[in-house]
Amino acid sequence: MRTTQTKIQNEEAVIKITNLSKSFGEQEVLKNFSLKLFNGENLVVLGKSGSGKSVLIKCIVGLLKSDSGSIEVFNRDVTIMNMKELDEVRQKIGFLFQSGALYDSMTVKQNLEFPLVRLKRQLRQKEMDEKIEEVLENVGLLDALYKMPSQLSGGMRKRISLARTIVVDPLIILYDEPTTGLDPVTSDEISMLINDVQQKYKTSSIIITHDIECARTTADRLIMLHDGEVYEEGSLKEFEKSEDKLIKSFFK
Amino acid sequence: MKIMIPVIRAREIARQQALLLSERTLAKTESANNFLTDFADGIMFLVRFIKETFSRRFEIREFFHQCFIIGYKTLPLISVTGTIMGFVLTIQSRPVLLTFGAVNLLPGMVSVSLIREMGPVITALICAGKIASGMGAELGSMKVTEQIEAMEVSSTHPMRFLVVTRVWAATLMIPLLVLYADALGIIGSWAGANIKGDVSFVLFFSQAFSHIDFYDFIPAVVKSFFFGAVIGLVGCYKGYNAGRGTESVGKAANSAVVLASLLVLIVDMIAVQITDMLIL
Repeated sequence: MRTTQTKIQNEEAVIKITNLSKSFGEQEVLKNFSLKLFNGENLVVLGKSGSGKSVLIKCIVGLLKSDSGSIEVFNRDVTIMNMKELDEVRQKIGFLFQSGALYDSMTVKQNLEFPLVRLKRQLRQKEMDEKIEEVLENVGLLDALYKMPSQLSGGMRKRISLARTIVVDPLIILYDEPTTGLDPVTSDEISMLINDVQQKYKTSSIIITHDIECARTTADRLIMLHDGEVYEEGSLKEFEKSEDKLIKSFFK
Repeated sequence: MKIMIPVIRAREIARQQALLLSERTLAKTESANNFLTDFADGIMFLVRFIKETFSRRFEIREFFHQCFIIGYKTLPLISVTGTIMGFVLTIQSRPVLLTFGAVNLLPGMVSVSLIREMGPVITALICAGKIASGMGAELGSMKVTEQIEAMEVSSTHPMRFLVVTRVWAATLMIPLLVLYADALGIIGSWAGANIKGDVSFVLFFSQAFSHIDFYDFIPAVVKSFFFGAVIGLVGCYKGYNAGRGTESVGKAANSAVVLASLLVLIVDMIAVQITDMLIL
């Protein structure tokens, strides 16, 4: 259970999805899906594998094109943007991939430098080095600075990946199954880290997961996605008290 | 009743034939569609490449890094290939020239063959095998492990960083490798000539270069730039558009080599025709 429930900073929606639909061939993955992410909250999207959770966040950052509906990020509709406008929005969003997606031909330092050099051009080398050290310290891996991704464990890769995400100061972070494939102890550490990051960097987050412990630790609000639709929405308490069979199967 | 049975059978056979024909037509239409889709994708990729090339921010450090990988790290392979090329060509040509009493033409003939055709094409084919497959496999595995998507969502332009740098590095490095292979080919040829004869290095070279004209070099170097561009573009295109599974990495590398080699030969055929028209 989340001990320090972060207060939603205000009722302003940083992401507003309205009637989003997405199909792959004849398979309808998202059906008239609507969602709001408020400023400063951690929204956990729960659901079975293949329920369209990852498709949802890939649509938000424009990696996948939706069939219909709108996705407003800071009141600007992503679905009708050109590449330049999309780039501007993407700079405000951090995306943590399920696999970590670290650039395996670069050291940890180069991985973190890569977005910094290109997006924060005003920074000098010394300032960049300080920033990199700061985020690595925040994820507890300062000593991994010159390691290659192949020398890191699964949990370390996730931490470095999170460090690479936060190094450019995003306002929103999208987590794609952040604890999948990790042992319970490391999963717990990553979940705590998500909370730390949110408090330290004042971010709003969508956390895609089917790990109920991760949801318990991080969620301000939950949405259950089932067959491409919002099945249930509410607080952690409401989900835990629910008598619904599907929700109970997650919270047993 | 006796008449009805053959009629029913004939109808059944006709129906089966029609079904078979429609299936074949559908399969052919689908493969034609795939070809057209691939072709259109290729054109789109080329357009994106050109657009990114002329964008304000060129990844100069990555470009030099790729020049190092493509140029310097291919040197050992090209050294061996170039030397063997000249050596073998000399040994194979010598008996024929001996029949006509024209052994003294050997250095000139071999050097012209090497510079005009053998050097550029063999070097480009070797590079298609090494460089295009390397690019296909590297970018393909980056695609599979979501590294390209990670660059895309962080607005760091993977096309600019991964593709533009590699294609330009290949375009500029392959002509240099071709010239290097030509030089080693002539040295190999001298070594081959000395197996059954006794020719000094200086004499061999002066004879070789007395037959080489400026017009032998220029078309060979110009077409080598195109070979480089084709190898870079095909390698990057196949890797960048690889599928999702690990199997697709192998497929990307394999199809990059096949297509790049084929296109090198097609470009060579066109270049030879154009050279022929311009010089004559």
